[in-house]
Amino acid sequence: MSETTAHAQGPTVQAQEHGQQHPIRLYLLVWGLLFVLSAFSYMVDYLGIQGYLRWTLILLFMMLKAGLIVAVFMHMAWERLALVYAILLPPLLVLVFVALMVSEADYTIFTRLAFFGAAP
Amino acid sequence: MAHPVQTHGEPGLRLAGLRGVAADFSSDQRAFKTASWGKAMMWIFLLSDTFVFGCFLIAYMTARMSTPVPWPNPSEVFALHIGGQDVPLILIAIMTFVLISSSGTMAMAVNFGYRRERRMTAVLMLLTALLGATFVGMQAFEWTKLITEGVRPWENPWGAAQFGSTFFMITGFHGTHVTIGVIFLLIIARKVWRGDFDVERRGFFTSRKGRYEAVEIMGLYWHFVDLVWVFIFAFFYLW
Repeated sequence: MSETTAHAQGPTVQAQEHGQQHPIRLYLLVWGLLFVLSAFSYMVDYLGIQGYLRWTLILLFMMLKAGLIVAVFMHMAWERLALVYAILLPPLLVLVFVALMVSEADYTIFTRLAFFGAAP
Repeated sequence: MAHPVQTHGEPGLRLAGLRGVAADFSSDQRAFKTASWGKAMMWIFLLSDTFVFGCFLIAYMTARMSTPVPWPNPSEVFALHIGGQDVPLILIAIMTFVLISSSGTMAMAVNFGYRRERRMTAVLMLLTALLGATFVGMQAFEWTKLITEGVRPWENPWGAAQFGSTFFMITGFHGTHVTIGVIFLLIIARKVWRGDFDVERRGFFTSRKGRYEAVEIMGLYWHFVDLVWVFIFAFFYLW
């Protein structure tokens, strides 16, 4: 948005005090959307959807909910880009850790099945 | 067009986009220009907490993927017997809605705080604390039910033993966060109610002037707790 010009008008303290004022309507809208998305992800389980469709839907609703909370409730959408990158980029690197552990788990179950058989 | 970043006093016209990021990080003052130190520190704490919860969820993923023993079906484990039939995941669904509602009331409390409507802010924060306490209460009920059914950190009646340890670890750590959040909410709500932020009363520990931004910083923590639940809900209860 035009945050650059908005913040250029007053001293920093004032910008902080009034920087995160947004209409109540926006919060109510996000609140409602979070309810609807939660109901959707609950329906995925209730209707017994399985396989890749289940995964796609669960992750989609999860990311949409997380995005709404961070962007609007936590005001990330209106912060300086320096803060946004400092906070949002590092967790993405956790995905590397996830990939490592998926590979590790695959190896563990392979050795378990190879040496102990299917029964524990 | 591009103006240089000012180093003192009034913030001049700041660069936008990636150039702005580079300018903010290379400036001789604080990097997060529009976020106060309090807000930036809460964000950095939350980032570290993200890594902790990330490690827990990854450990759970590794345990679940590497066991040859069948994993219990969460849909059935967390079902409640209502009106003669089992409703899958109903308790978790209600807990999710309670926590989302608490996030809604918290967001509105921040808004009323910046409008300096002191009583409304305090009431909304107390409502948030009440919903948070309700969530913890329901979690206590959930734990009691599972413990009665024989779930332990080392075993459970339905299959892989790792289910018990990861369940108590992850939901326990999240529940602790909610509990601390409720206490934190009550402390800030008291300050708002007393009008500490209107008269800029100095803090007990910090001796710094209290400002309504404290409500927003409190809100960041509370929304983060809700955010973590979004991931736990997807990975633990729906997987």
